[in-house]
Amino acid sequence: MPSREIEVILSRQLADSLSTSVFIVDPDGNLIFYNEPAEELLGLRYEETGVMPLAEWSSIFKPRDDHGNILPPEELPLVHTISKQQPAHGEFWIKSLKGLEFKISVTSFPIMGRPNRFLGGIAIFWKKIEK
Amino acid sequence: MPSPGPEKNKYGGNTSCIQIEHDQTCLIFDGGSGIQNLGKKLGDDISEVNILLTHLHIDHIMGLGYFQPFYNPKCTINIWGPAGSSESLTVRLRRYFSPPFFPLRLNELPAKVNITEIDNSTFQIDDFLIKSEYLCHPGPTVGFRCELGKAVVSFMPDHEPSLGSSNFPHLSEWCSGYNIAKDADLLFHDAQYSNEEYDRRIGWGHCSMEDAIDFGTLSNVKKMILFHHDPINKDIDLETMLNQSVENKSFNYELMLARENDSFSI
Repeated sequence: MPSREIEVILSRQLADSLSTSVFIVDPDGNLIFYNEPAEELLGLRYEETGVMPLAEWSSIFKPRDDHGNILPPEELPLVHTISKQQPAHGEFWIKSLKGLEFKISVTSFPIMGRPNRFLGGIAIFWKKIEK
Repeated sequence: MPSPGPEKNKYGGNTSCIQIEHDQTCLIFDGGSGIQNLGKKLGDDISEVNILLTHLHIDHIMGLGYFQPFYNPKCTINIWGPAGSSESLTVRLRRYFSPPFFPLRLNELPAKVNITEIDNSTFQIDDFLIKSEYLCHPGPTVGFRCELGKAVVSFMPDHEPSLGSSNFPHLSEWCSGYNIAKDADLLFHDAQYSNEEYDRRIGWGHCSMEDAIDFGTLSNVKKMILFHHDPINKDIDLETMLNQSVENKSFNYELMLARENDSFSI
């Protein structure tokens, strides 16, 4: 399999070293990596799921607002980052695959390689409230 | 830095530079101190030279000002290399070609000089198809893959493939440089350190000889030239490092230490 761009490889290295949950997606929004803290929070393992398309990861955790309304993918910070190539931030509820519900805070930003090559996006997220 | 001396008569002490020839095409990879001797050998009749720079660390460009074709008004010199995040390749090269580092400025050189910026690029130089791709190394640094028909030569003098790789040397998808090196007939690859040295220099942009050998296996190369020797290492040190590095390691390609003035036919 061809190797990914060095900026993405190094992003994964960073994510792999952090105790903060991290998602990395490619320019099409495919989830190409998530780290161990994200695995623990979400209740799934990268080795088992592999790459996940945007439609799957943006809905599998049933993201909802404070009123319980389902959020469409385009309202998720990382999807915004991918479509606009801009940083984004948001807070919303998710349900892990273990059945636990959390309110999470998400900050995402585009991976822009030299010279202005859009290579995907990174989302850092952490649990704010557990139901 | 260049480090010639009697204890380096076998492998040489110049910094990074190799040439690829085919018909009338002259490709030169990097402009380290080795380019000075190469310029003399090219003579006064050469009309076009292509210099492909992996990056602009001083050991890779320090010979440019002493390259004779730059002083030949009948010669065209095409330079390819990566830009910085905020500075063009031309601006970065001008920093070298300016006082106090060098007496002449870039635009005062008699040769006609063309400069082209590259990143993850594919381009043609005569019959050669060249691919460049950013590598794991501090500052903007590319490796080159040079294809002519079915022949492939890859050049990655400064490269740290194990950094960033999640499972080096097993997953090509997450290994820097794999696309450049894959199935190469001849790969020139960084092999600056012993394992012990590398452990103290992680993130410096170079690799151990053992990692280089593993990278060659992952990339399925046919021949690897271990390149970019540490200037502090003498001939005997390099041979000792190589012997230690291949001990208990299995690989199925030809492996040798880069030696000044060696030539290969593909």
